[in-house]
Amino acid sequence: MTEYNFETEGVKKTITYLNRKAPYGTIYALEVLESVLISAAFEQHANIVFVDDGVFQIKKDQDTADLDMKCFLPTYGIIEMEKEDADEDEDMDMNWRIIVEKESMEARGLTTDDFKIEVEVLSSAELADVLDTSDAVIGG
Amino acid sequence: MKFGILINEGPFTHQASDTAYKFVVAALEKGHEVPRVFFYYDGVYNANKLSAPQADDRNVVKRWSDLAADKGVDLVVCIAAGLRRGIVEDNLMDGFRISGLGQLTEAAIGTDRLMMFGD
Repeated sequence: MTEYNFETEGVKKTITYLNRKAPYGTIYALEVLESVLISAAFEQHANIVFVDDGVFQIKKDQDTADLDMKCFLPTYGIIEMEKEDADEDEDMDMNWRIIVEKESMEARGLTTDDFKIEVEVLSSAELADVLDTSDAVIGG
Repeated sequence: MKFGILINEGPFTHQASDTAYKFVVAALEKGHEVPRVFFYYDGVYNANKLSAPQADDRNVVKRWSDLAADKGVDLVVCIAAGLRRGIVEDNLMDGFRISGLGQLTEAAIGTDRLMMFGD
């Protein structure tokens, strides 16, 4: 077993978290969310992106009682708070963006009013630029 | 170049782990560095030492373990994903270690490219 020590002090990268799956049915949404929360401690730039059925992850008024699964919708509020804290704290060099792809949202009959958290809506082409300028993409 | 590897799927059901393994071997042969492989989602099953495939098939778990022994690649299993799925120290294959999601963030920050294998 080899434990590698990365030199991350003073390194600033942009990590995109790409949410592509519906919130329930598979575990990807929950486990991407867990990785976003942990990453906040590293004070990196981050794009939390919702595309395809991933846009349903942040839809308001979810009720998972009949699924017998924990509803993790409230946890997205923590991401929103982290973003707001980073935006307000001038000493913190951490820029977080919460992005929904326009085409995915519209194809599913959703508008920004349907979301639990405030989002930035970008077209597919604009999102491509976001991905292109990211240092790493972590998805599920 | 320094590569970090993220494996999102378990062995056998999905080809992700096979492709990642081939990628890592090829990258090392070309002189690149692969300091860390991080196993997340069902990818944590790649560390299950109770896996016993038929003798005429590839042994995905052992293959990773051998790579860690031969090349010193740091194989990290996510603790939260592992606990959920019953991958714990008791059934952890040699060469793997269990740690937190911060190790994935570190790999994203500290490498030139993070390669993700999965759907």
